[in-house]
Amino acid sequence: MNIIDMLLAHAPALIIAIPLLGAFLTPLISRVSDKGRNIFAIIILGITALFVFYLASDVLANGPITYVFGSTAETVQSSTVIRILFEIDALSIFMAIIGIILAFVAVLYSYAFMEKNTGLDKYYTLLLLMTTGMLGMMLTGDMFNFFVFLEITSIASAALVAFWTNKSKAVEAGFKYIVISTVGALFVLFAIALLYGQYDALNMAKIAQNLGLSGFTFLDKIALVLLIAALAMKGGLAPMHMWLPDAYGRAPASISLLLVGATQASLYGLFRIVFTVYGDVISLPTVSIGWILVLLGIITMLIGVVMAIIQTEFKRLIAYSAVAELGYMALAIGTGLTIVANADPTITLQTAPFAMKAIIGGLFHVINDALDVGLLFLVAGAVYYATKETSLNRLGGLARNMKYTTVFFIIGLLAVSGLPPFNGFASKLLIYESTYQLNPILSIVAILSSILLLAIFVKVLHAVFLGPALPKFESVREVPKSMLVAMAIIAGIIIIFGLFPNLVVSNLIEPAANALVNNNSYLQWLTGGI
Amino acid sequence: MIANIPYLAVAGLIIIGLYTILFKKNLIKMVIGITILESGVNLFLITLGYRLGSIAPIFTGNSEDALMSYPVPQALTLTSIVIGVAVLALMLSLIIHIYRHHGSLHVSKIGGDDQ
Amino acid sequence: MIDMILETLQTGTGFWNPLTWIVAFVIIFLIVFIFRGMGNKSYKKGTGQTQAFLSGNKEYEKHQMHVQSSNLYWGWTESLKWVIDMLKKMHTGNVSDYVLWFIVVMGLLLLSVGLI
Repeated sequence: MNIIDMLLAHAPALIIAIPLLGAFLTPLISRVSDKGRNIFAIIILGITALFVFYLASDVLANGPITYVFGSTAETVQSSTVIRILFEIDALSIFMAIIGIILAFVAVLYSYAFMEKNTGLDKYYTLLLLMTTGMLGMMLTGDMFNFFVFLEITSIASAALVAFWTNKSKAVEAGFKYIVISTVGALFVLFAIALLYGQYDALNMAKIAQNLGLSGFTFLDKIALVLLIAALAMKGGLAPMHMWLPDAYGRAPASISLLLVGATQASLYGLFRIVFTVYGDVISLPTVSIGWILVLLGIITMLIGVVMAIIQTEFKRLIAYSAVAELGYMALAIGTGLTIVANADPTITLQTAPFAMKAIIGGLFHVINDALDVGLLFLVAGAVYYATKETSLNRLGGLARNMKYTTVFFIIGLLAVSGLPPFNGFASKLLIYESTYQLNPILSIVAILSSILLLAIFVKVLHAVFLGPALPKFESVREVPKSMLVAMAIIAGIIIIFGLFPNLVVSNLIEPAANALVNNNSYLQWLTGGI
Repeated sequence: MIANIPYLAVAGLIIIGLYTILFKKNLIKMVIGITILESGVNLFLITLGYRLGSIAPIFTGNSEDALMSYPVPQALTLTSIVIGVAVLALMLSLIIHIYRHHGSLHVSKIGGDDQ
Repeated sequence: MIDMILETLQTGTGFWNPLTWIVAFVIIFLIVFIFRGMGNKSYKKGTGQTQAFLSGNKEYEKHQMHVQSSNLYWGWTESLKWVIDMLKKMHTGNVSDYVLWFIVVMGLLLLSVGLI
């Protein structure tokens, strides 16, 4: 039908426009009925998910898609790129799939979790705005557009972290988060202004082409360092990770799930800038950027696990383990970058094939970490909903009352620490085997962190779920069905990814890794196709 | 030398803004520091678009061949100013909540429990 | 279609097939279960043979015997006390310190990438 074809041709714009329209219609609908507003939010995100999956099938079959806002003509006029462009290749659509799954599960979980709170129309509006910002960060091909969506995501998520304004700790965490985000985003804007002043271009492909032609000046180096530092801070790499336990630990549980997606969108921005925009000149600095990422990854893993063992609050502990998992991603991508960015022409991807496996392992770990840590946050939210306690010292013996929640927690525990047959093991095996070939010590630190993560979560399992029945928890019952359905969706995806890892890797991850390593297909619309 | 004064002003504003965020202990002063930092970055964006002897990039009432400064950095700066206003409003409203809970604006009061 | 689902994940230096692992796990579990069934079944329930041995100490109520989570892994945290104290001093909770760490890392990166 003609209307369906027209809608599908404008899918990239509709993926951003539908949640935005939903966000602004939500206060109107909530005046009519409350249940209607919840159903409306779920329907909006369901329609967006359909568009994302259609776009994924299109991109994975046909190559990168460019979408110009506002015209049907090409945007290059006398070698200046005008108009804003969305460029969607395999890596972008992979991150968008992660984002929309997390957003849909968060809205489904909030149906019952936030039911007894007031001010819920603002909650759903901000949640849909945060989804818009996250998806926009992942799909865009323009640097200033990336900055605008980064700020939209930061503002919406800071307001959501501070949602429980009767608790002073949540408001403090929101304030710290917005100060850190603003300082980081202002340095990103400074770097974008530097690149614009040199090359008169805001489009990522155009800047990449100009960098390749004119070499690597001193101002380009400064812009690269500012972008790496600011996006690594938004992505939670140590020693700049300290906002993460505050923000994740005091937000409502469904918002912690969505914040994981926003953090990984910032890491996606870092990879896009290092590999695609600076792709032709990344081998020129004397100190290899890859070794910097590896070092940051190692420090993040060790700080994350050591600080997590001594925590006594449930969600703060899971947040520190999320910091450790982010270190795995930085370690794997850094290992790949040391070979891709090597100035020595005898060391390429063909002579050192472990670099490609490292990048594949790192990208597979992105989706695995989002699902595993997300499931643990949802279990923590369920325990808080049932018992109103957050401290591990005062919980105990809940496995008798909450059977399904215990099963989901055990699945999340086994997946996060990388035990077979779940999905954590598949991605961590790729990371162990490829980083061993770069330097054995990296692999030893990675395995040690996995073992400590298992220790941390077994401690939580004993403290919260096992043990004798405490008399104050006599009346605790299982959580409502919609929360169980949300947790079951994520647990189901974890089990499917664990049992059939090659299905995911060969269809979804390998095109993304190929698009990351070689930026020719990203520049194809500009250089006329090769 | 005179053409470089805006860039020196940008450097000065950024350094003053960072000093205020790092070393001042009052929450309101920290927010003022963020505003100064943002003004510095906006000034940098505007300065990039200037051409010597140019007029404002408006077509009405001017001939089409007149030397005009670049309009794109001006659009970027307007967007950045609007984002800055939104962030400032959010930060000040959170400070009002913090003041209601604690009664003081010292930055160590919002330390939180760290284990 | 069915062989696409049953493929193994190649890691470059090894491989991993979770379905083979599950089959092996089930076979070993059955063998262990058979060994457990060959054990000695003669014991008297309800007498002192099935109670925990506390070497003569008084047994508390059931809900008082739960080990709290801040007391678990005591040996590990005691022996690494210097690392943990150093990390605790680093995580102050002060938002100026968070921005200070960001500026320090940015400065180190500027010195190493920009100048060298």
